[in-house]
Amino acid sequence: MKEMVTGKEPFVRIIKRDVPSKKDQVIPRVLAILAALVVDALFIFFVTGLNPFAVYGVMFQGTFGTSIRFSWALRDLVTLLCIGIALAPAFKMRFWNVGAEGQVLMGALATALCMVYLGGALPTALLLVVMCLASLLAGALWGWIPAFFKAKWNTNETLFTLMMNYVATSIVACATNIMRGQASSLGKLNMGTQAGWFPSLLGQRYNINIIVVTLVMFLMFFYLKYSKQGYEISVVGESENTARYVGIRVKRVLMRTMCISGAICGLCGFLIVAGKDQTISTNTAGGNGFTAIIVAWMAKFNPFYMALISFLLVFLSRGASEIASAYGLNDFAVDIITGIILFFLLGCEFFIQYRLVFREKTRKEAQ
Amino acid sequence: MKKLLSFILAAAVVFSMTACSGEKKSAEDGGNIKIGVILVGDDTEGYTAAHIEGIKKAAQALNVADDQIIWKYKVEENSNCYEAAVDLAGAGCDVIFSNSYGHQTFMAQAAEEYPDVTFVSMTGDFAAVSGLDNFKNAFTKVFESRYVSGVVAGLKLKELLEEGILTEDVQPDSFDADGNVKIGYVGAYSYAEVVSGYTAFYLGVKSIVDNVVMEVKYTNSWFDIDKEAAAAEALVANGCVIISQHADSTGAPAAIQKLLDNGTICYSVGYNIDMLETAPTAALTSATNTWSVYYTYAIGTVLKGEDIMPDWAEGYEQDAVAITKLGESCAEGTAEKVAEVEEQLKNGSLKVFDTATFTVDGKKVTSAPVDLSYYDYSSGAPVVVYAGDTEEAISGGAFEESTLRSAPYFALRIDGITEDAEPVE
Repeated sequence: MKEMVTGKEPFVRIIKRDVPSKKDQVIPRVLAILAALVVDALFIFFVTGLNPFAVYGVMFQGTFGTSIRFSWALRDLVTLLCIGIALAPAFKMRFWNVGAEGQVLMGALATALCMVYLGGALPTALLLVVMCLASLLAGALWGWIPAFFKAKWNTNETLFTLMMNYVATSIVACATNIMRGQASSLGKLNMGTQAGWFPSLLGQRYNINIIVVTLVMFLMFFYLKYSKQGYEISVVGESENTARYVGIRVKRVLMRTMCISGAICGLCGFLIVAGKDQTISTNTAGGNGFTAIIVAWMAKFNPFYMALISFLLVFLSRGASEIASAYGLNDFAVDIITGIILFFLLGCEFFIQYRLVFREKTRKEAQ
Repeated sequence: MKKLLSFILAAAVVFSMTACSGEKKSAEDGGNIKIGVILVGDDTEGYTAAHIEGIKKAAQALNVADDQIIWKYKVEENSNCYEAAVDLAGAGCDVIFSNSYGHQTFMAQAAEEYPDVTFVSMTGDFAAVSGLDNFKNAFTKVFESRYVSGVVAGLKLKELLEEGILTEDVQPDSFDADGNVKIGYVGAYSYAEVVSGYTAFYLGVKSIVDNVVMEVKYTNSWFDIDKEAAAAEALVANGCVIISQHADSTGAPAAIQKLLDNGTICYSVGYNIDMLETAPTAALTSATNTWSVYYTYAIGTVLKGEDIMPDWAEGYEQDAVAITKLGESCAEGTAEKVAEVEEQLKNGSLKVFDTATFTVDGKKVTSAPVDLSYYDYSSGAPVVVYAGDTEEAISGGAFEESTLRSAPYFALRIDGITEDAEPVE
């Protein structure tokens, strides 16, 4: 400490904390939420002139207002969670897959094409199986391409996967334009026959989505934690050289993991098209592919934490549109309200990992 | 005692009568109905802003309070629309409007599940054949105001030609081999709504300047400032003198203003909103809808406890369409001519699609069967979703647009208009 006092010491230094205790993890987060609510209240009161408590009440109603709203929130939660789960193995391997949006779209497109062109030809159960397989394949292919290039020529995967999103969006735009025919928009697919739509389970088609994603969540948890492949992923993520040294074939793990990551994204596309929208557009993924990056990252790739964070994000966005609707605010104002909450939560993650040491304090310590 | 009793009775009668009339009055004045509105955009976007204004005006006229209307903004054309509709029905709405064509199938889905609530899909096209009693469509006869905006453009063209400002020496590209003057049109998508609109505009111009040809360029988007500007520039480069549009942005008028400032002879006719702010000297006028006319009818009908008609389409006769303020560049006498044409459209003496004014493949059109079925085209071959009759649209020497159903169905490609095969990049 002493020699650091002499010379040009920066005003503030950032020091990584030791592994924080449970208490040190929970308290800052609770404080962050409270602080965010206070700042939001100030914004709501001074800028929009509304009563902050009433606004929070309405926000709460967005998810919990009626039982049907709650079930929609659950459905949105699993959509986001499914993509988060898909990203987890790639991120754990330090492969920055920011192409989930495109992988979901390709899975969705494969599903939609099966629905439209095989809708009349196959019995329902077989059709659903074919749709599912097609979506898995399409997503896996979209994930494998950048992994292959990375393995072969060491291309930058962040840029590559990002660009693949735009390619996927254009392909979907082109396909929907063809499928729309003389109509001015595509509308629901197979409206007459309902071929390829999920059957209604306990009153809602999307209940199947919820079940499937819950299953995938457990599978991914065990895959990452207890399987040999899961272990290989974490070794490659920690250090490629170590992995090579212990005889792990890094390139193979790279491509295999991205196929899995892409395939689960594709599956998500399948769930969205068959269980939720019954149509496809360039908005089918709806930005969830990017939001899921926050989900996977904040949860440190633990599928159960991911569910929690997905819920928070869905709660915020449903609350936001409810506020917009109830008070006639435009969504810029509403974005600020949810943005403040996210800002505090993400900021607090930093302070859980690191602490700031100011110059003043270190001098005193030195004396 | 008797006196007292009769007094009390009389008082009771009077009281109950006033109470009754009071109740009745409040029922007429907005009552306790609830209105749900599903919008594809918000007030920052012209098309949706026009609908918001229409609903607010209607609510004001019918004394419907602000808290009787629930707004859902930026609702995408997917299951979000169905959800919004179900949510509004759950909140006790009596009538729910959606303002984009792509909302239609999702509104129909909700309509099936909530038979006691009326669902109106604005600009939709299958209410009458869907078999759902509580599902409605509405559209304005905007082709009438497009025709009038064409008249405004035609008068400008006539002035340019008669005063010798536009000649083959000055702008040789603006005339084709037969000496016809070229005009252009920026269209969103190639389907009936747009075809009906550009044909009406063309016929409006042609009613003033007979030797005119039109080129249509598509953008394959409803709102794309850059593409609309690029399409307008390409059309002017091909020699077009007047550029009209069926797309929602200010891209085309802005581009035309720039070209005009640089010395090219070209003018713009807009859509939906007044373009004078964007193009003060290039904009002549815009064709617009006055949605409040429909919303006043629809909400008023629900207030009376009656059924809204499944297909509503009105034009000048009910002031449901109009053109915006004439720009300073308009030819002299435009206002008078516009008033005259509008009056003729109102009293029915002028038909926009009079078969005497246009030909298809060189021949007069005597029969135009229109299939009112709703098709699913996604698998390549059209599949009937809701079957409808095929009816004859030509009657009394004119193609009757928006009478068989509210959404436009004029899809004839008439002589004098060419559609570019490739949309603008």
